[in-house]
Formats: sequence, structure tokens, C-alpha cells
Amino acid sequence: MIKDNNENDLLATKELTLHLGPQHPSSHGVLHLVIGLQGEMVTSCRPDIGYLHRGTEKIAENLLYHQFVPYTDRLDYMCSSSNNLAYVLAVEKLLDIEVPERAKYIRVIAAELSRIAGHLIGIGAWAVDLGAMSILLYAIREREMVLDIFEKLCGARMTHSYMRVGGVRYDFNNVCREACEELVRVLPARVDEYETILTGNRIWLERNKGVGHIPPELAISMGLSGPALRASGVNWDIRKDEPYLVYDRLAFDVALGENGDCFDRYMVRMVEIRQSLRMVEQCLAEMPDGPINVDIPEIVPPPKQDVYKNMENLIHHFKYVSQGFKVPEGEAYASIEAPKGELGVFIVSDGSERPYRLKIRAPSFMNLQTLGRVVNGLYLADVIAVLSSLDPVFGECDK
Amino acid sequence: MRKLRDSFSRDILDITAFKGDVTVLVERKAVLNVCNYLKDDPSFRMNYLVDVLAVDHMPRSPRFDVIYCLYSIPKKQRIRVKTMVAEGESAPSVTGIWLGADWPEREAYDMFGIVFEGHPDLSRIYLPDDWEGFPLRKDYPLRGYKDRYNPYGEEKE
Repeated sequence: MIKDNNENDLLATKELTLHLGPQHPSSHGVLHLVIGLQGEMVTSCRPDIGYLHRGTEKIAENLLYHQFVPYTDRLDYMCSSSNNLAYVLAVEKLLDIEVPERAKYIRVIAAELSRIAGHLIGIGAWAVDLGAMSILLYAIREREMVLDIFEKLCGARMTHSYMRVGGVRYDFNNVCREACEELVRVLPARVDEYETILTGNRIWLERNKGVGHIPPELAISMGLSGPALRASGVNWDIRKDEPYLVYDRLAFDVALGENGDCFDRYMVRMVEIRQSLRMVEQCLAEMPDGPINVDIPEIVPPPKQDVYKNMENLIHHFKYVSQGFKVPEGEAYASIEAPKGELGVFIVSDGSERPYRLKIRAPSFMNLQTLGRVVNGLYLADVIAVLSSLDPVFGECDK
Repeated sequence: MRKLRDSFSRDILDITAFKGDVTVLVERKAVLNVCNYLKDDPSFRMNYLVDVLAVDHMPRSPRFDVIYCLYSIPKKQRIRVKTMVAEGESAPSVTGIWLGADWPEREAYDMFGIVFEGHPDLSRIYLPDDWEGFPLRKDYPLRGYKDRYNPYGEEKE
């Protein structure tokens, strides 16, 4: 659509509305941007989402509590264990149960590995959006190591469904431990490699430094969270400020930016990968032996191998699968620091086996609304940089 | 909390603490005043809007709850402000207080049909503009209504 420009006669150009996506390679899935252009200059940008909408919350209202865990995997599918965690923490809050120590450490390892995997793909995709192909290949290579650990841990690589209300599905064994130790040993040097390629790279700096500046007041007001918020210099990390599981026992630094531009958002993620490795290392050292599930038979099914041998266990298993468990009446909200920011789950329970209402506070959804405000006055190419720096995943945004 | 109750004694219907979460139930017309107060008062400083969401309590009257989840980054506290909205009534938009309320309010409008008064651009966010009905309402069928794209949906009465 081309129309005559009457508003600003200084520019001898026509205003153009450009539809970017929903199948553009840099649209991170199914984002459709309606961009107003004055030459190369962006005059307006309206994100249009909804192409993927799967009605996750409606589905949740019609499932048993334990049946919803696999659906959470498919929200931010780059880091499904984080989504599992936010959901099970919310249910556990309503049930008033605390998982055993060992399960807490395993959950933290799974969540931090998810963060590494999520950030790797985030940075890799960002680089490829701006024309640097090799970083994506490297990031995928390293992400494979993380996915291999998950495969050893629970048999799945992408959609883990690893956490369950009351604990985790499988124990953390020595094979996983060795794979984690290998990752902790290898990855820092690989991240150094990325930095050698990107951090000092002239093109990367030109494309990101000073681009998409978000001042801290705007970031807070817009509901930004996670690395995007911290890049603006706002020191808020749920792992530090409202620690859950064992984060209060772990030593780690919160990465902060100064300028709130795309480059800071990149650096914050780089530092977070290193800090996550640090946390995994500490968890490996401190993880105690013991049970991985709470000792409440209604909530946790019996071990699968016992189901085949014992009639009581078979009945127990059948009751768990077919009827689920009741959750006391009330409302609770639990949130975690997911790779993209605050991932919260709000549950209204009417005392039955199904949530009466389940609301997911998705960080990608909240972060993405900033885009339209930030890119005004920038060049079209900068829109891609800003979009990638917010790292939206559409399974979560369009839930 | 006592300070909040004293300041809005007529407008605050209830304050509950459940599992460590504080929920303030307020009159619909007082939501903006309470939110402004919570944001600016030095003992609360709720500078961050986490989410805006709705709950359908059909057949209760008023039918909907609209919940504003707030967080204070300096004080590290959470408060939920809740108000009840009947069908056909509108809820106040807090976009004037926190810009980030824009999308979650559009989402609540799209899914529940709750109109947020004062919202700068209240339009559907997930569904097409001509979509009929509000899918997260309790009387909307899980499989949707039957039409030429959805042969397995429920028949419309």
C-alpha cells in the first residue's frame, strides 16, 4: 500500500506499509509486523500475533493437573524444563508441599541447562538474522551437548515433561553427572569463541550498539523482564530477589547492562550462560542423595517397574492416571526467572482435579509489546536487531 | 496493609493473604485510585505490573474477576488488586499507570469480552477481529462452535 506523504513534506518520499512475516525467516516463528516506512525509516510498527494461538489456557481447564505438564513443554519449546518448573511450583504452592532436597537440586540443574540452551539458540538466531551464519552453527553444536544431557536424564531432547508435581520423573544418574561435568568444562571456551567472533566484530557492534535503546523507566513500565530488563540496568532477578528451590544457596552474579541497547542485551545473555554453568557446577557438588519425589502416594505415582509386579501399585497407578488428584480451593501465583524473563502461572482452584482457571504470564508476550515503541525512528534493518534482542518465542507469546 | 485499608476504607471490600499472596478486593470505580496509590506510596512502590487477567465465575453475579498483579522491584513485594465486573460492565484500564498493561488487557478483552475503559487501542489480540464469542468464558465450548472450518465443534443454539 502506497500513499502520498502529506505530513512531512521535507522528505521526498512516499509512506509505505510493509508487512513483515508471519513467515519471514527473522520473524521468530509466526510474528507479523505491520511496519510504516518513510524511506528506510520506521514511522510505526504494530506487532500482530495470533497465528499460532492454541488455546493452552482453555485446554488446561479441561485437563487433570498432572496431564498439563506436557503442554507446558510446548510454550517456550527452547527451554521446556523451565516451563515445567513454573507450572509445578504453582500447583505445589496450592497443595502446600515441598519437594525433597535432591529434587530441588535436580530441578535447578534442569532449569539452568534450559537457560543455556535457550540463550544459545537466542544468540545464534539473532546472529543469523543479522547475517552471521557461523554463530548459529556453533550455537546449535553446543546446544546439542545440552540436549544430549536431557536425553540421558529423561529420554527426551526438546519437550522433556521432566518435572512432575511433587518432584521429578527420573533420578539424576552418573551418566548425566559426567555429561554435565563435560559441559561445564567445555562450554566456557566455546563461549569465548563466540565472543571472539561477535563481541569485537565491527559489523556486530555497528548493528547492535546504540540500537533499540530502552531506558530503565520505560522498561519497567512496559513490563519487560529477564535479560531485556536487566540490560537496561534494572537489577531484578527472581532467582536472587524471591529465591525458589535452592537458588539462595548458590553463588552467582546478576548480569546487568548500562545502556539498554541491543548490544547490552546480547552481553547480558552471554554472562548468564557463564553464570548458569557456575550454578550447574555448584549443584553437582552439593546435590545430596535421597528421594526425588515427595512421599504422598496420591500425588506421585509408583515407580513404573513396580506397577507390573504388584496389584496395589497397579491400582494406584490406574487411579493416578485416570482420576488425578484434588487440589485445595484457592488462588496462587508462582513465578520463576525463565530464560526470557518472569514466567508465572496463576491458578484458581475450585477444589477439584482440574484447574478452574490457569493463566500463564509469558515473558515473550510482555516483552514483545515493547517492540512497537522502541523501533520508531530507527531503520528497517534495526527492527530485526531489536526483535532478535527481545528473543520472543511464539509458542509462549501466542500460547 | 493497614495504611492501605485506612486510606480506602470505603472502597476496599476485603484483604486476604493466602499462601503468602496478598489480594486486595476493591470496588470497580476505585481500582485506578488504589493502583495509583500503590504505585506512588513510598511504603508500597508497586512500580511493576506483572499481569492483568480475568476469571469467569459463571453463574456468580457479578460474573468476572479482573485481577491486576503488581510487583515492587525496590521492595520485592507482590500484591494482587482484584475487582468484580458484571457482564456488560467495563473494567478500568491501568495503561495510564503502567504502559505494559496494553497487551494483557487486550488479551483479557479477546478471551473474556471484558471492555477496559480508557485503553488506547482495545482490539482482539489473538483472534481475528470478526471472531464471534470469547473462548475462555465458561459457556464457550472447548471445541468451539461448528462452522465450515470446524466440523467437530458444537452446534450453536
